[in-house]
Amino acid sequence: MSYISKPKFQHPDLEENEIGLTRRDYEGTLTTLCGGCGHDSISAAIIQAAAEMSLEPHNVAKISGIGCSSKIPSYFLSKSHGFNSVHGRMPSVATGANLANKDLYYVGISGDGDSASIGLGQFCHIVRRRINMLYIVANNGTYGLTKGQLSATADLGSKTKSGEESLYDNIDMATLAIELGASFVARSFSGDKQQLIPLLQAGLTHKGFAFIDVISPCVTFNNTDFSTHGYKNTWENYISLSQVDFVPMRKEITTSYEPGKEKEITLHDGSVIHLHKTETNYDPYDKENALHHINQHKKKGEIATGLLYINQSASDLHELQDTVDKPFNRLNNHDLCPGNKVLRGINETFR
Amino acid sequence: MPELVHSTKVKSIPKVNDFVVKFANVNGSGSASANNMFAKAVFRMGIPVSPHNIFPSNIQGLPTWYEVRISEDSYLGRREGVDLMVAMNEQTIKEDIDAVVPGGYVLFDSSKSLNKELIRDDITYLPIPLKNICLKEFDRIAQRQLFKNIVYVGALAAFLNIDFKVLTGLVSDQFRGKEKLILPNIHALELGHQYASENFECPLPLQLRTSNKNKGKILIDGNTAVGLGCVYGGATIASWYPLTPSTSVVDAFSKYCKRLRIDPGSGKNKYSIVQAEDELAAIGIAIGAGWNGARAFTASSGPGVSLMQEFLGLAYFSEVPVVLFNIQRVGPSTGMPTRTQQGDLLSCAYASHGDTKQILLFPSTAKECFEFAADAFDISDRLQTPVIVMSDLELGMNEQVCDQLVWDDKRIYDKGKVLTAKELDEIEKFGRYQDVDSDGIPYRTYPGTHPNKGSYFTRGSSHDGNAAYTEDGDVYAEVMDRIALKFESALNYIPQPEISDIDKSRLGMIYLGTTTSAIQEVLDSLAKKGISLDTLRIKSFPFHKNIKEFIDSHILVYVIEQNRDAQLKSLLKIELNANEDQLHSILSYNGILITAQHIEREILESMPTLEATKDVPA
Repeated sequence: MSYISKPKFQHPDLEENEIGLTRRDYEGTLTTLCGGCGHDSISAAIIQAAAEMSLEPHNVAKISGIGCSSKIPSYFLSKSHGFNSVHGRMPSVATGANLANKDLYYVGISGDGDSASIGLGQFCHIVRRRINMLYIVANNGTYGLTKGQLSATADLGSKTKSGEESLYDNIDMATLAIELGASFVARSFSGDKQQLIPLLQAGLTHKGFAFIDVISPCVTFNNTDFSTHGYKNTWENYISLSQVDFVPMRKEITTSYEPGKEKEITLHDGSVIHLHKTETNYDPYDKENALHHINQHKKKGEIATGLLYINQSASDLHELQDTVDKPFNRLNNHDLCPGNKVLRGINETFR
Repeated sequence: MPELVHSTKVKSIPKVNDFVVKFANVNGSGSASANNMFAKAVFRMGIPVSPHNIFPSNIQGLPTWYEVRISEDSYLGRREGVDLMVAMNEQTIKEDIDAVVPGGYVLFDSSKSLNKELIRDDITYLPIPLKNICLKEFDRIAQRQLFKNIVYVGALAAFLNIDFKVLTGLVSDQFRGKEKLILPNIHALELGHQYASENFECPLPLQLRTSNKNKGKILIDGNTAVGLGCVYGGATIASWYPLTPSTSVVDAFSKYCKRLRIDPGSGKNKYSIVQAEDELAAIGIAIGAGWNGARAFTASSGPGVSLMQEFLGLAYFSEVPVVLFNIQRVGPSTGMPTRTQQGDLLSCAYASHGDTKQILLFPSTAKECFEFAADAFDISDRLQTPVIVMSDLELGMNEQVCDQLVWDDKRIYDKGKVLTAKELDEIEKFGRYQDVDSDGIPYRTYPGTHPNKGSYFTRGSSHDGNAAYTEDGDVYAEVMDRIALKFESALNYIPQPEISDIDKSRLGMIYLGTTTSAIQEVLDSLAKKGISLDTLRIKSFPFHKNIKEFIDSHILVYVIEQNRDAQLKSLLKIELNANEDQLHSILSYNGILITAQHIEREILESMPTLEATKDVPA
């Protein structure tokens, strides 16, 4: 569909957000993915999340690897810079970009092939380095662009469209992220906008490495009755550990919640995440507990979703390395060059 | 064994300020700093000196050599043959003694007697009971081992007439802040000096005389100069993966950043160093930073550069600046990790799949390592493409005498064609890959510059002038042709070759990098035989057109390089359509710096062929 240009028509009554932008200002180019692809729902959720938060699009940088998932950045926030890099290497590009300018929002989009196979090493290390960004894996358990091979997140025993069965244990990106030190880890489903949008907003606001594993069915190659990443299986085995509401810093909290099952998480900028726990003993601050819950549900064939783990006080790479407040890409000669007088002194140490 | 000395009636050749001292040691025995002290003492006496560290890929136990060329004439390449061998390694002592030229010397530890088969009648032995001296004088085991090295330096001072004050000055400088180490070290030097003075006729006919050749010079290794050049060139981000022989580039950058890149107000860092999980990530980080407008680099060598190929193609095609220092070592594969080679010329010139080309810079001195490092960032930003600085182990890891470093305080970093918000407002439409100035170099924007103008999507997939994805072959070809034009424009920004007067001779030499260290010696030696040659030193790739003119104005040009496959010659043929018949390869690829003697031999051997070519009309 890439030859069709996106219509510029805009409904005159389209609502403006706090910075005077409408939803259209957050859109991207027309999708070239298959009709019904879960990834398009992720784009739509990001568009809505960013518009509601009144993010300035030009202050967002979108970075991806290669694959169907990595095309997603084209389909949202066309006023943002984007970088579609090489397969499995988005984390390194995002790390460098973040180091160069700490003042932007960074959204990394990857897939299960991109992050769990070819880029697993880079994924592990970006988690360790605590890059301040939102890292989304659009997880469909299959290689779509190369026509339906099994990916490393495909569950043991699940089958491709052509009937090939996965003989190997799967890699769970969410538990991996928790174990490696990510300070915000969530899982969601592209079909559940209500849950995904507040998670995206919280992930964007969170300071530190925020990871969301989004089950995003591949309608063409992995949406059969026996694929665990299809719509049917996901809806049937979907367990939400908590309902999530995101309240940006500027907004007054008006909703009231049932006491006892309510958890309020304040982020560094004063924004608040409200968790309505469906499992009362679930504690998103406790790593061990989170891992236990995810694994318990997995044993039952269920997919635990929602905000799985959070630590609002973790440092990001810039804090760990104690870098200056001014972004590196705005430092000039005066800031960076020690000059000839200093060099004369350095020469003396080599005599 | 004093009888060994007295029984030897060897005719020693007197040599002043022109000889080679080689130290044969066991890796990890603490010899490096003692040997370095020796070289630096020669430097401080004002005599040109070039140490060459020939070391194993090992931490402890394998043989290691430190070869010091001393040359009043400033011939700072390697020279064949050893005049004085400090033979401290029993594993290699046979070959080490064999390497000494007739009339030369062997200093050895006479605490244990020398095997008879090691005794030659054409060299002089300098037995010093190093182990016994140290056993007697020092209590601690570690000191007994370490100070053997310092004792032989003290002995060398007596043998070669090194100003003892220079040595004590060096010890004081080396242990500044650790004062209690100064006295024992000076004591060890004195022990050696005293033993040599009392037991031998000192100085030897082989000796040093204070000179004035090092005025305005420094003794520095190339990798340190690169690290410093990155600080001066405005790099803020270094991402790397440890790999010999490139590691010390980032070590130096780190050291100088800790001194020079701390914000005085806040105490915070104006730099970041990320030790990446591999070389793919290392260059990926640098590219991400370059895309976002910060100057970033990575340093590596053969195996790491091979891993970076895909990313180099991305940066070439999506036009992102990044600087890569390739400190070449011996390949293929793991090769000889601690030996030198110019073996990556072809693989770097066209790094990555598809039609690619990369900008290469070839420093030949430590001073150029500093200058080219800083220049690389300007060139890369200006051309929006990777720049690979092609150093090698020889240049990177060995100290050499070079002119002191200078920085022009009026110099402003050239960040290239980057549009500001104001400039975006002034133009009608921004297209990332449009050739606005007809020089093939497009305009770019940094993320976050303007609320609704100037954003674009960077991709390694085919794109049009506005960075939009395309599968239209004609549009793709247009972009590829524009990038080719950009590489024509590159010639305006990359350093010109250094060319001697070209009408002097019908013969020429082309070379680059560390091969340069041998050239003056070759020219002077051949001049004595009545042969003169014109020279051209290449400093960058793609090649300037005057290189072709140089080739065409000579009947024969020697292309001298340190690899098996004559990669530079291939590049000259591919890029300049140079005539094979006019090019004669002189190659060296044993992992050790090419010598003037080797080059001269090859030139002289080619002379019969040359005679034949004289009849051919020019």
